[in-house]
Amino acid sequence: MQAFTTLTGLVAPLDRVNVDTDQIIPKQFLKTIKRTGLREGLFFDWRKLQDGSPDPSFFLNQARYQGATILLTRDNFGCGSSREHAPWALLDQGFRCIIAPSFADIFYNNCFQNGILPVVLNAEEVLDLMKEVLDSEGYQLTVDLGHQTVTTPKGTVYRFEIDPFRKDCLYRGLDSIGLTLQHEDAITAYEKRRKAEAPWLFGDVHP
Amino acid sequence: MAGKTLFDKIWDSHVVRAEPDGTTLLYIDRQLVHEVTSPQAFEGLKLAGRRPRRPAATLAVPDHNVPTTDRRLGIADQVSALQIQTLEDNCKDFGITLFNMSDIRQGIVHVIGPEQGFTLPGTTIVCGDSHTSTHGAFGALAFGIGTSEVEHVLATQCLVQKRPKTMEIRVDGTLSDRCSAKDIILAIIGKIGTAGGTGYVIEYTGSAIRTLSMEGRMTLCNMSIEGGARAGMVAPDEKTIAYIKGRPLAPKGDLFEQAVHAWRQLKTDPDATYDSTVTLQAEHIAPQVSWGTSPGMVIGVDQKVPDPRTMSDEKTKSATERALAYMGLSPNMPITDIKIDKVFIGSCTNSRIEDLRLAASFAKGKKVAKTVHAMVVPGSGLVKQQAEAEGLDRVFREAGFEWREAGCSMCLAMNADVLKPGERCASTSNRNFEGRQGAGGRTHLVSPAMAVAAAVEGHFVDIRHWG
Repeated sequence: MQAFTTLTGLVAPLDRVNVDTDQIIPKQFLKTIKRTGLREGLFFDWRKLQDGSPDPSFFLNQARYQGATILLTRDNFGCGSSREHAPWALLDQGFRCIIAPSFADIFYNNCFQNGILPVVLNAEEVLDLMKEVLDSEGYQLTVDLGHQTVTTPKGTVYRFEIDPFRKDCLYRGLDSIGLTLQHEDAITAYEKRRKAEAPWLFGDVHP
Repeated sequence: MAGKTLFDKIWDSHVVRAEPDGTTLLYIDRQLVHEVTSPQAFEGLKLAGRRPRRPAATLAVPDHNVPTTDRRLGIADQVSALQIQTLEDNCKDFGITLFNMSDIRQGIVHVIGPEQGFTLPGTTIVCGDSHTSTHGAFGALAFGIGTSEVEHVLATQCLVQKRPKTMEIRVDGTLSDRCSAKDIILAIIGKIGTAGGTGYVIEYTGSAIRTLSMEGRMTLCNMSIEGGARAGMVAPDEKTIAYIKGRPLAPKGDLFEQAVHAWRQLKTDPDATYDSTVTLQAEHIAPQVSWGTSPGMVIGVDQKVPDPRTMSDEKTKSATERALAYMGLSPNMPITDIKIDKVFIGSCTNSRIEDLRLAASFAKGKKVAKTVHAMVVPGSGLVKQQAEAEGLDRVFREAGFEWREAGCSMCLAMNADVLKPGERCASTSNRNFEGRQGAGGRTHLVSPAMAVAAAVEGHFVDIRHWG
């Protein structure tokens, strides 16, 4: 996994609440057996008008947001389906950081597995940023994971909270399976203890 | 020492190790795997040269992509076919039990887990699918995970977790005649909102929950995720034990007795506290119909479509305006005036035998309206077989419903069962997101009884006063 330390990048605005993972990437793109190449499915239904042509009002179709690496959006982003294709598609499009007032739990977890930093700022802060992004072309933010800050071009600094373990894994780009396997002895000891307490859980499911 | 909640008991018995900051390595007893969210996990294992730690704790089934028409014809969609073949290949390579498409036990992953006795009280269960919350109906801690975590569980039988908060949702009283678990959970989501449960595990309590059958409890827990909670649970009781007894993968003989003894301890202690409590009175719950594009946009069938002009909160107002435009509805329109084109009875929410029995009891002797296309998709091959043995398929067919093979079908429309743009569907599934059942399609979430009545009348009706 790619580490995340600091990022200065162009910000793209998605001013909607409750953006669900069916919108981030619709079902027809879930048939893949790969993690890559999913950008063509990103916000697929919102990118097009009814006649199939690109919707010029959608941010991904606007020249000013091309190359954006930070997505600024509203409450409960990533709700619904657990599909990890959602962060894969965002990453494939180039997004490394998503800023919102709140995220759905599974999506939030999935971001950390893919080197994407989800930043929670309060609703007023997000609204202020949304206004600034819409008002000024080429708007960039600097996100510093080590110091847990988001800094605007004018120098306003917003601080965000993050779980220390997740922060460390993302900051160092650690392989989480490798980390868990360092505790293999503890897992084996647990299994032994548990098997004595609840032997019915250790039968074979092969019917 | 304060008492423990049901959640606390399950969590505490699965801690492999805990860091001082609360980061916990949690043991996972069971994993269910389907074709859509697993290929990249198996690929990851292969690339890293890792093997599953306990292949025997994993059960796999294709469900999302499978055709619900004649299976002997194969899968027309080559991309779907490859994904299903990939699951078969991976299960073979890694020694994982798979119920393939021609197996009578094949079905929706959240239907077959309980059906096979794979789902047991007091266990931790995961699946790369958000509706894994369904299994909480048995007093299990069951939640959806992403594909990276699917790989993590395959490799380690563990997940790194932070302890979630607990929420009690207490529903007391008696439901109105013909109202069901689906109406309870939709009313709950209407009350707490789609993010109300974020960060929580819900325990459903109260007399109205105790009264529910196991199927009803599964419907309830299934949609916990639509309220933002990754997991929902109901403490096991004698109904739970009776449901599990004798199922193929359930413990047998002495082991079963030993398990039952442990399962009877799985309830929240009287002096335990929750981080949050929400209460509802069952008598106040009308048959529910969603009107918008988020499961929280739901009201009683006896009400009217909300009017954004009366809303003061900017977020709610703009979301409502957008939803009404997408759904093609006008403010203040009575719900019963909404005409429908399609009816879908199925999904991991409402495709079990009890759902089909109930739906058939309302469909018996009736005819689907000429303007409506209606289909019934059983949750598993075994549900289908049971329904056919009871003659339910005949009841549905005679009423004009299509009777299909088992699968996820039009709940997410990954197979050929798709809404056309602008089509409006009364659906017993769980999500009414834009395009969920097909690009431009319009979904109204309802109970199976409400879906049948809508199919017959061509528009929504109050099931309490119908027929």
